Amino acid sequence: MKFVLLMFAVSLVTFVLVSVSPIDPVQANVGQAALVNMSEAKRAQLAEYWGANTPLFERYANWLYSAVQGDLGTSLRYNAPVADVIANRALNSLALMVTAWVVSGVLGFALGILAGANRGRLIDRIVKGYCFLLASVPTFWLGLVFLIVFSVWLGWFPFGFSVPIGVAAADVTLADALHHLALPALTLSVVGVANIALHTREKTVDVLESDYVRFARARGLSTWGALRHHGLRNLMMPALTLQFASISEIFGGSVLVEQVFSYPGLGQAAVTAGLGGDVALLAGIAVLSAAFVFGGNLIANMLYGVVDPRIRRGEQAGELHA
Amino acid sequence: MRNWFALSRRAGSFDSGASGTSAQDDNLGRTPPSSIRSGGDAAASPVIKSSGGDAAISPVILSGGSVAAGVEGSRAATAGAASASVPALHRPRKKQVANRKLTLATFILAVVALAAVVVTGVLVTDAATATDFAQKSLPPSLAHLFGTDWMGRDMLLRTLAGLSTSVLVGLLAAGVSSIIALVLGAAAALGGRKVDAAVTWLIDLMMGIPHIVLLILISFALGKGFWGVTIGVAVTHWPSLARVVRAEVLQLKEATFIAAARKLGQSPVRIATRHMLPYVLPQFLVGLILLFPHAILHEAAITFLGFGLPPEQPAIGVILSEAMGYLSAGMWWLAVFPGLALMITVLLFDAAGSSLRKLIDPHSAQE
Repeated sequence: MKFVLLMFAVSLVTFVLVSVSPIDPVQANVGQAALVNMSEAKRAQLAEYWGANTPLFERYANWLYSAVQGDLGTSLRYNAPVADVIANRALNSLALMVTAWVVSGVLGFALGILAGANRGRLIDRIVKGYCFLLASVPTFWLGLVFLIVFSVWLGWFPFGFSVPIGVAAADVTLADALHHLALPALTLSVVGVANIALHTREKTVDVLESDYVRFARARGLSTWGALRHHGLRNLMMPALTLQFASISEIFGGSVLVEQVFSYPGLGQAAVTAGLGGDVALLAGIAVLSAAFVFGGNLIANMLYGVVDPRIRRGEQAGELHA
Repeated sequence: MRNWFALSRRAGSFDSGASGTSAQDDNLGRTPPSSIRSGGDAAASPVIKSSGGDAAISPVILSGGSVAAGVEGSRAATAGAASASVPALHRPRKKQVANRKLTLATFILAVVALAAVVVTGVLVTDAATATDFAQKSLPPSLAHLFGTDWMGRDMLLRTLAGLSTSVLVGLLAAGVSSIIALVLGAAAALGGRKVDAAVTWLIDLMMGIPHIVLLILISFALGKGFWGVTIGVAVTHWPSLARVVRAEVLQLKEATFIAAARKLGQSPVRIATRHMLPYVLPQFLVGLILLFPHAILHEAAITFLGFGLPPEQPAIGVILSEAMGYLSAGMWWLAVFPGLALMITVLLFDAAGSSLRKLIDPHSAQE
């Protein structure tokens, strides 16, 4: 229910935003040269066709009606149904985002625990410094630097795209695809680590000062043993929440990274659509991204119960009361 | 300093003089005061030194554990006191500037540096666009610290001009954004249940769409350019700060001093301005300053994608997106230095924000 309401609002906002754009739909669709050579009558006819004169809400209602049926309109730039364009690119983007999401989550979690367990020592300071620095680094610039170092200087990775140039789609091996995926995914992961590492570090410090860890250590467990048996579950919770909440940022980051690496994913399509006045595609991607973020938050909520039995019981109790 | 007093007080054996003035404290190790001499022991000093290491780094965080260690150490010191000849109970203290002063200095320095960047950037805007094809594509040298681009423009000047544009756009956008946050946050907290629900829902909606996508949409709707990016950044950055303001005011509403003021018959306006504002303002100011880095980074990102400032304007995003085409030609300096400069600018804002928070937040006044 909440999802429907949110999607409705998001689609409305998106639609209003793309519709108030000063870009002339007729000009965007037929191109500048054709527009100038066109007769006045033809122009009016086309304006009618693209719905330039229909009121905004009527257009929205029409769009929503067909969108619910799975028809998101036709993409101007790619000359194909929006749903197809998105489906084609979603796979690339998903591969990129899932890799970056998992790597940054695991790495950030590990670094956070490492730093928290060694609070005040050199390794803690290195991790902290790294995280604070990363928070100030523009994602796209980091991508550029990686390109310079790894592609131009070292030549380890290809310069862009998701498959080798000049190779038929059928001949592309998985290794090729992974090779092209590596650098964008690395950029995205490195940036994503900072947030989760810092939070996990704080939590680790809290946990290590807690009574139950003190008791565990009094029974003779080592710091790592105490952390593994008593700390991990408590640390997982906030880390999971944070990581699922960061899906929005990963999506945003992927837009930038895909642009830098010419990686044909959703983000790059969104940029192309925005620059090229492709209203239908832009709206489609925006709505999809919102659904994506909502899905992340939903999964996080469901995982709470799995990780923390107290919440599971709390929910049942809540339902009983309600 | 305070902790050193605490340490020496607890140690008991030399409380006659060890908790002396700060001047004495600073002198310790070089010319120890006579009162300590009786209890001192050179052999014991490393023990205290090691337990005091923590305190020097972060005096306030000093936990019970290390205080206890300090006490142990000084007991050991007294035990061996008889054989002592060179007393050094306290570890030699380096001359240290008070932390608060240091924080204030950091804040002022950061603000001055940022102001300097903006002013020089505005001043060199004309020079930054001057082309000189005799000097094109030069790597960094003494004459051109950041090198030159393919049109012979000096990259240092371009970067400075771009930074000042970025900072100004960031200031404008973050300012507007924070006002939206203050109004909506206060409205949510004070306006009753329906307003609260509406604002909370609006925040959820804004956070439901990835930031960059929302920025692209808004910029697209406004026809790109300067206003597109500024308004876009301004209307998308308020949710987090609005949440903070809402939480603060909600907490305040329940505070006893507000209840007392209400019982004393003060008008809501007076309560808001005299009792609530002074409490929320520091949080708000810090939130505002910490918004800048986000605003600047997003401005650069959206310009980089081609939705922000037009290519003829000096902007970091423009510089970096143009540099992309020359990377494969090995012109690394086009991208590396402007990006580094942007990063340093953002770090400066961060430094200013966190030092200001330390200064005006009573909870961390001792740090």
